[in-house]
Amino acid sequence: MKMTYREAVRAGLRAALRSDPLVFLMGEDVGRYGGAFAVSHGLLEEFGPERVRDTPLSESAFVGAGIGAALGGLRPIVEVMTVNFSLLALDQVVNNAAVLHHMSGGQLSVPLVVRMATGGGRQLAAQHSHSLEGWYAHVPGIKVLAPATVADARDMLLAALLEPDPVFIFEHATLYPLEGEVPTEATPATIGRAEVRRAGRDVSVITYGGALSKALAAAAQLAQEGIEAEVIDLRTLRPLDVPTILASVARTRRAVVVDEAWRTGSFAAEISARIAEEAFYDLDAPVARVCGAEVPMPYARHLEEAALPQPATIAATVRKMVRRG
Amino acid sequence: MTTTSSEPGTDLESTHGLALLSEMVRIRRFEEKAAELYSLGKIRGFLHLYIGEEAVAVGALQALGPDDAIVSTYREHGHALARGMPADSLMAELYGKANGCSRGRGGSMHFFDVGRRFYGGYAIVAGGLPIAVGLALADHLQQRASVTACFFGDGAVAEGEFHESMNLAALWKLPVLFLCENNLYAMGTALARHQAATDIRAKAAAYGMAAEAVDGMDVLAVEAAARRAVDQVRAGGGPFLLEARTYRYRAHSMADPELYRSKSEVESWKQRDPIATLAARLRAADLLADADMAAIEATVAGEIAAAVAAAEAGPWEPVDGLTSDVHTVRATGAGTPA
Repeated sequence: MKMTYREAVRAGLRAALRSDPLVFLMGEDVGRYGGAFAVSHGLLEEFGPERVRDTPLSESAFVGAGIGAALGGLRPIVEVMTVNFSLLALDQVVNNAAVLHHMSGGQLSVPLVVRMATGGGRQLAAQHSHSLEGWYAHVPGIKVLAPATVADARDMLLAALLEPDPVFIFEHATLYPLEGEVPTEATPATIGRAEVRRAGRDVSVITYGGALSKALAAAAQLAQEGIEAEVIDLRTLRPLDVPTILASVARTRRAVVVDEAWRTGSFAAEISARIAEEAFYDLDAPVARVCGAEVPMPYARHLEEAALPQPATIAATVRKMVRRG
Repeated sequence: MTTTSSEPGTDLESTHGLALLSEMVRIRRFEEKAAELYSLGKIRGFLHLYIGEEAVAVGALQALGPDDAIVSTYREHGHALARGMPADSLMAELYGKANGCSRGRGGSMHFFDVGRRFYGGYAIVAGGLPIAVGLALADHLQQRASVTACFFGDGAVAEGEFHESMNLAALWKLPVLFLCENNLYAMGTALARHQAATDIRAKAAAYGMAAEAVDGMDVLAVEAAARRAVDQVRAGGGPFLLEARTYRYRAHSMADPELYRSKSEVESWKQRDPIATLAARLRAADLLADADMAAIEATVAGEIAAAVAAAEAGPWEPVDGLTSDVHTVRATGAGTPA
């Protein structure tokens, strides 16, 4: 059946709230407002204010309260409005959620799901547009998901709710209105498995989240020129599905990593390093990266477009690599 | 601004008085031994001693039952002992041994005992407060009558997480006892040098929260105040801020040269020592004889000697288990790779 990404996340939330009385949702404006991105619209009416809880603008307190509630036996889903706001809760994430299981000698587990919007493309400038999920993926003890398709929006949330440890879900904000086909039967996705979204023999384009559709658009354009790009959707940044990346690179012998985030110290750098470490002799060309420009996100539309990876820049990078080889 | 304190003779009952005394002696001797072992290099890292503040942990924990939860700080040896955690598991943790309460992963600042609902020592100042709010939310949503006691120091009051957590707990009327151990210094910065308004108890008013300040050197006063507070919280009155005014005799940590306070100030607080004060009161009421005191000291000395022996004899965690317990291993084997 067809639905939007927003509706798919909502379907996942509703299914979880219906099936498990321990699940509850809390965050800024998730209740009466219906969610800043209208994801939770209607859930307050269906499940009531105890299970769909509006919070004050206290990111650290309500993310930390999510950790505490998880320790206390509940199954919290915390919505943080955007990844830039989540920095106010980073203490709770890095110093508590990620470490409590280890630091307690295995006594405590934190079955917490935190969702937030990420990414640029909506002319919201430099405090609402960044892609910081790579920072989260740096941290052992948490899992980092980036659903790029409508089906994954629902099914990765359901998978996250089966995890015994903290899971962070990054929903690219430009995806919410997009429509897609989803299986009628909801099945939790497999965390830690990448998907080949388009098969191709000439180059592996490795990406995730909001950049997937751009990579696929670039691949369609390249196909008309006789270049067959394989597009890999990582889906999970931690744990990372390295075998799928390496298997693809072994076939295509070329890799382009596409990531909206800044290039320096980026998740794209991690992917590049893994390929260099484990597939160096498979390569016919150096790994290339198409990343966000190293600038705080500008407001003006033409500047923002120039700051983000686009199908044309991805295609140009692939073309240059393939023709050189 | 007045603080509550107990009148001589109130709440004094022989076995209870001796139990409180014994518990405070136990904490003090444990920490004196820890300090000695630190200087011998047996214990490393940070070691924050609670010596001087024992009346707060011992008094407050009288008000809590086994179903109540505790969230503590990096100065949590006293809370852990008063909660009933075995001294040998704590000493072994200070050694970093596998038989420690956190299997050598935590050290002095991170004691955990999930069975006793001791949810840990948190070493980011105020970082435990949101967790306490969440634990209380879990109890509330599951209709349990438990209270979560959250210890923190005066330094935490400067953190945003203090204010966010106080507001959230009050907004949702959650069963949290916020227990501020005001020892007058945030590490080396005196209260008046980090707070525009130094009356910590009064800050609760901003959140419509009930509050009381108590003499933290008087275990009976702390116990009485904690019982009042916990009763009110458990009855559904929402969170409560209890400020215990106390003092640490020792440096902030073993690394602290104590340049920020005078010896005479420390000495003046030692005159109000919680152990000596309670012992004198018990003696005056004919509830404590020299033989009782000797018996307490002997029992505690035996327990601590056994704890040191257990720590010395305890095994080290194997290095090949270094990356274990980063993720929960599920019995079904359905866990995803790290």
